[in-house]
Amino acid sequence: MSDRMNMTGRRAFLRLLLCFALLFLTLTSGSAFSQSGGELRFCLRSEPKTFDPLLVDDDSSLSIRYLTGGVLVRVNRHTQELEPELAESWKVSNDGKQITFKLRRGITFSDGSPFSSEDVAFTMQRLMDPALHSSTGDAFRSGSGAVTTKIIAPDQISITFPAPIAGLDRLFDQVAIMSAHSPNPKKEAAVLGPFMVAEYKAGSSVLLRRNPNYWKKDSQGRRLPYLDSIRLDVQSNRDVEMLRFKRGELDLINVIDSDYFDRLAASSPQLAHDAGASLDSDFMWFNQVPSAPIPEYKRAWFRSTSFRRAISQAINRDDLSRVVFNGHAQPAVGPVSPANKFWFNNKLKAEPYRPNAALQRLQADGFHLQNGTLFDKAGNAVEFSIVTNAGSKPRERMAVMVQEDLGKLGIKVNVVTLDFPSLIERISQKFNYEAAMLGFRNVDLDPNGQMNIWLSSAENHAWNPQQKSPETAWEAEIDRLMRAQASTADPKKRKESFDRVQEIVADQAPFIYLVNQNALSAVSSAVEGANPGILSPQTFWNAERMTLNASTRASR
Amino acid sequence: MNAARKLACVVVLALCAASLAANWLAPAGYARQFREAPSAPPSRQHLLGTDEVGRDRFARVLYGTRISLLLAPAAALLSTVLAALVGGLAGYLGGIWLRLARGFTDLFLSLPWLFLLIAVRALLPLNVSPLVSVLITFLILGLLGWAASARVLSTSADALRNSDFLLQARASGLHGTRLFLVHVLPNLKPVLYAQFWISIPVFILAEANLGILGLGVAEPLPSWGSLLRELEGLISFREEPWRLVPLLLLIVVMTSFQLLLSNEEVTV
Repeated sequence: MSDRMNMTGRRAFLRLLLCFALLFLTLTSGSAFSQSGGELRFCLRSEPKTFDPLLVDDDSSLSIRYLTGGVLVRVNRHTQELEPELAESWKVSNDGKQITFKLRRGITFSDGSPFSSEDVAFTMQRLMDPALHSSTGDAFRSGSGAVTTKIIAPDQISITFPAPIAGLDRLFDQVAIMSAHSPNPKKEAAVLGPFMVAEYKAGSSVLLRRNPNYWKKDSQGRRLPYLDSIRLDVQSNRDVEMLRFKRGELDLINVIDSDYFDRLAASSPQLAHDAGASLDSDFMWFNQVPSAPIPEYKRAWFRSTSFRRAISQAINRDDLSRVVFNGHAQPAVGPVSPANKFWFNNKLKAEPYRPNAALQRLQADGFHLQNGTLFDKAGNAVEFSIVTNAGSKPRERMAVMVQEDLGKLGIKVNVVTLDFPSLIERISQKFNYEAAMLGFRNVDLDPNGQMNIWLSSAENHAWNPQQKSPETAWEAEIDRLMRAQASTADPKKRKESFDRVQEIVADQAPFIYLVNQNALSAVSSAVEGANPGILSPQTFWNAERMTLNASTRASR
Repeated sequence: MNAARKLACVVVLALCAASLAANWLAPAGYARQFREAPSAPPSRQHLLGTDEVGRDRFARVLYGTRISLLLAPAAALLSTVLAALVGGLAGYLGGIWLRLARGFTDLFLSLPWLFLLIAVRALLPLNVSPLVSVLITFLILGLLGWAASARVLSTSADALRNSDFLLQARASGLHGTRLFLVHVLPNLKPVLYAQFWISIPVFILAEANLGILGLGVAEPLPSWGSLLRELEGLISFREEPWRLVPLLLLIVVMTSFQLLLSNEEVTV
């Protein structure tokens, strides 16, 4: 009897042990996935200039802010839609001056302190402090007067601006919320993002570790991020970066040139990712500044719409895309890339290559071709220089191809490459140039980010900046339309205004848009969950859901 | 003349001849863009393939060699003449003139002259033809590259100043310009030759450095500097070995000049 009881007891004990073992295995297997995603490694192209999320102004610091900062709303880099993050919901007032956020409850910073509307108020007050000189804050400066915050409840806050701000909610994608208890932000500051800075070796690397208090979970309830850490090596040499990637020392290259891309695609096609046309554009323009030290007859050419349109028609953009970028670029249409799904004006098409039409247009304007050289009405041979920055091989190649294309019309083009500071001095201070070729690295989908280019009074109105009043009727019309789109919160009205701006730019060609480069990146096969896109940061925008495969985790 | 020097001489002469016959050897020209065949490998039509915008690399190498091999000696001649005037005269005059000249050359040598070249290049007028731009580039090199030679020449002239034969010439009533031209300058000739030959590879490399920075000879004119830029991004030598030809050519020419310089007649 006692033996039977002993046997039953042993069986019960064994069953209990088995249950505990199973439970232990289940728990550990779940956490094994979520808690040991491995260490992702990639390069920053330069030293991060700051760890203060509100002072970020360079690519490296932007990358760190993206990975460590918690934001109220986030633009989904894949769908380009705005999604809730720390804010459950939000509402913009009809006049576009006020936004009210309803915050998630139960969220804590990486140091364990609770997150509340007090932190949002602190962040906004610091962001809008004129003494801080925050470029992120500049986007919120809509008019004279103070920005006020009103804490309605610990999970509700409203922020009021002195004047309407178009696309107000999307601007909060760039505002990493800071802890009101960390008034002096350093690299060790408490954060709300998926990672936090664990170690910084100046000139060498930045190590980010998983934020143990990160609020987000995946669809199966597992806490994000999967990765244990991210190591960011400071490496400006792209050859070295590519070699290290090929050796397996790096897992990602966020942006790569078309030359490197093709070589990688030839050897390992599964690692090379072409996400299609990016928001970036390359373009050229003519100097139309009245006080510029250039001959009067040349200024007359450059201020002629016919001349600019003819030059635009004489450039073979398909060849530029195919030859310079090995097909990894698209002929540009205008100031907005077709990749910008909402703001691109679908009615517009890239200027086709029509050298005969270009010549006819010039002849109608009084130019004539004689012994292979184009002359204007007064008998001046058409010759001008294009300045561009030395060191940018794609741009130098484009300039050489434009030189040949325009040579077919009898126009002599001199290509001049200058070091960047000299170039900027010429085009923005001395205006001592004839034509320039540069690129625009666009990170903002909203046209408000281009106000400093299109307003005739703006400093970056490259062809004729800082005008006291618009010198042409079409510039006055662009001014009016840009201000109109900025003063309403109605997306439809804004789109109508900005569509018209794009049409005027296509008609007048103050900028001759050349190509939109494709977003090219490289992702190692060791990385799982990567989905490279066109918006910055192209490869690691979903880093919280990325992980490394088991063999790579084991080998590191 | 030993065998190595003879070979070096033949190589330099052959390259000069080939570059002068570029129009005949490479009728495609250096500027024409074969856009249907960018970055093409060597073929019967393009012996060294094409560059990134489809230009015939063989033609560009020949024309680039012509520019570098003709203009580098011209720049070397200019800098040697300047060095002779500054260094030779200061050494001959001695005293405060020598100290002033040495101070000035030391100051000139202490300047970071690659940055100085970049700064001077940026100040030049923009609307100049590629041919004028290449002349300007080598003119700048010649005008800025005299200081090292001037220092050597001033030391040599200083040594000559107190020599017995000059003392005798002075005692015979010779002085001033005639003494300098008849007695000093002929005795500085070996040093001048050496400085001239040394300067040529230095200027070729300086132009190549500017070209690598994208600040050398203007497009579409080729030079060794712009041709060497093609090596940027070349990860493996086996990948496209024909792209290494400009580099090999530069090495061959530099080595040839070094072998020619070993001539005892021009070595002091």
